Amino acid sequence: MSSTAQQGGVSGALVGLRDWIDARFPMTSMWKAHVSEYYASKNLNIWYVFGVLSMVVLANQILTGIWLTMNYKPSAAEAFSSVEYIMRDVEWGWLLRYMHSTGASAFFIVVYIHMFRGLLYGSYRRPRELIWIFGMLIYLALMAEAFMGYLLPWGQMSYWGAQVIVSLFGAISEPLAEWIRGDFFISDITLNRFFALHVIALPLVLVFLVAAHILALHEVGSNNPDGIDIKANKDENGVPVDGVAFHPYHTSKDLVAIVIFCIIFSAFIFFAPEAGGYFLEHANFEPADPLKTPEHIAPVWYFTPFYAILRAVPDKLGGVLLMGGAIVLLFLLPWLDRSPVRSMRYKGWISKLWLAIFCVSFVALGYLGLQPATPTATWLARLFTVLYFVYFLSMPFLSKIDKTKPVPERVT
Amino acid sequence: MASDEGAEFGRRHFLTVATAVTGGIGAAFVAVPFLGSFKPSARAQALGAPVEVDISKLENGAMLTVEWRGKPIYIVNRPAAALETLNTVADRLRDPESEVPQQPDYAKNQHRSVRPDIFVALGVCTHLGCAPMFRPDVAPADLGADWPGGFFCPCHGSKFDFAGRVYAGVPAPSNLVVPPYRFLDDSTLLVGDDQGVA
Repeated sequence: MSSTAQQGGVSGALVGLRDWIDARFPMTSMWKAHVSEYYASKNLNIWYVFGVLSMVVLANQILTGIWLTMNYKPSAAEAFSSVEYIMRDVEWGWLLRYMHSTGASAFFIVVYIHMFRGLLYGSYRRPRELIWIFGMLIYLALMAEAFMGYLLPWGQMSYWGAQVIVSLFGAISEPLAEWIRGDFFISDITLNRFFALHVIALPLVLVFLVAAHILALHEVGSNNPDGIDIKANKDENGVPVDGVAFHPYHTSKDLVAIVIFCIIFSAFIFFAPEAGGYFLEHANFEPADPLKTPEHIAPVWYFTPFYAILRAVPDKLGGVLLMGGAIVLLFLLPWLDRSPVRSMRYKGWISKLWLAIFCVSFVALGYLGLQPATPTATWLARLFTVLYFVYFLSMPFLSKIDKTKPVPERVT
Repeated sequence: MASDEGAEFGRRHFLTVATAVTGGIGAAFVAVPFLGSFKPSARAQALGAPVEVDISKLENGAMLTVEWRGKPIYIVNRPAAALETLNTVADRLRDPESEVPQQPDYAKNQHRSVRPDIFVALGVCTHLGCAPMFRPDVAPADLGADWPGGFFCPCHGSKFDFAGRVYAGVPAPSNLVVPPYRFLDDSTLLVGDDQGVA
């Protein structure tokens, strides 16, 4: 579009305003670099919508979260009743609260699928290592955010879940656990600081990390299901031949995904906000009682794979270290995978089999972490823990010897 | 634009590093109050302070309850007969050797205490946190002829022996928790602090 003001009226004034801003702020150039002239592969499939969906959920969490703080009281004496107040007396409070609590689980669902996409198509491989690392930091911040948020309703599971998780740090050193709690047990002091971290510190960290994640992505360009570098094949204008502009091509596809997501999300909010005790555990509808332990303490579903690993180890410190190791290995993924190809499409049967084993193990650990620790469950958890670790530790070797198929020149 | 011509690069490098180090040290000092404020406050420390207990008037066979950090602490002066039962009930217990770390190392013994006669434990059932009752009476009607005395939780029927060790086949999964404690002298107990013992 020309920047001359030959058009009259409103559009002329808008062009003038745009030019005025562009002379002072990189508005149009940023829009082009990140949206209208950001070229992503034309063959992106359904797995590629979950990054956008996690941004939608993040926006939902921030918006509903701000509104919830307007009526929530972060004190041991008032927290539980203020949540009940939001649910019963505040206009639309129930909806805001359920959007937020269901949003927490939705966040992990889309993030886990997004991460699986990375595993499937080798999106963590060079030169996208930093995107993966920023993503893993987002995942860590998200876990901290979810854990601290779950304490805020001050229900029985809030209290005892926090008690169990914080005592894990006590396995490393007791003063560390006291430093986190600010007290000798989970108390009003702990609740107050978790509130501060949940509503301001961690959301800020999350937003910055998301920005870094996207900037790093746009620097090197998006991966695609073929794992091909589309920038290697450009037309005379320097546009990748296999790329289409993020806007309007990918945005319109993402919009469909957002609509479908919102339909499913609304179905949960309106018909099953507790998801049968998986999104909001039943014990959390009783106020926290430091003198009464619930019969069965289980974290919310998104933590249970790691919780199962923790419980599978007979030694408390050993369990904490192994659980930490399970996360550290994910960070190292870009350097563990030595396959000559990125995408699972061109990897051999060994890689495919092990990805399947890993996914089954992760889901199985998640299931076992929700169940009481019977001897059978513990042995199964040990088996899947071993498989989880073998997946990563054998990768440098197996990904190298695995027979790969030739990668095509252009995306398919 | 200043030219680099004739610049002393060594000097420039030194100044850059010196500035960065000075700034870094300053930042580290500034971090101290922020990280330090996370520690238990003076009020939290006062409320969680160790509790001194005078046990000189605790008769043989009697129990005393004190409060520490919001939880009841049971202190029992066990007679010799009660200590003898610790041997005989061992095969009816879930964890007779106290393998599950429910006690400080110095209480990981048969009597689960520092002094064999004085037993100190959290009066919180390891099942659902009810308060177990001290039932030293042998073979009472409600607990059956083979009850040698110990702790009985009225909520769900969990049984513990005189050392707070849980019986097998009851809902409670583990032995009663022994808090950190030490003796200041023969008749004074400090619950919540074991410095110099561990």
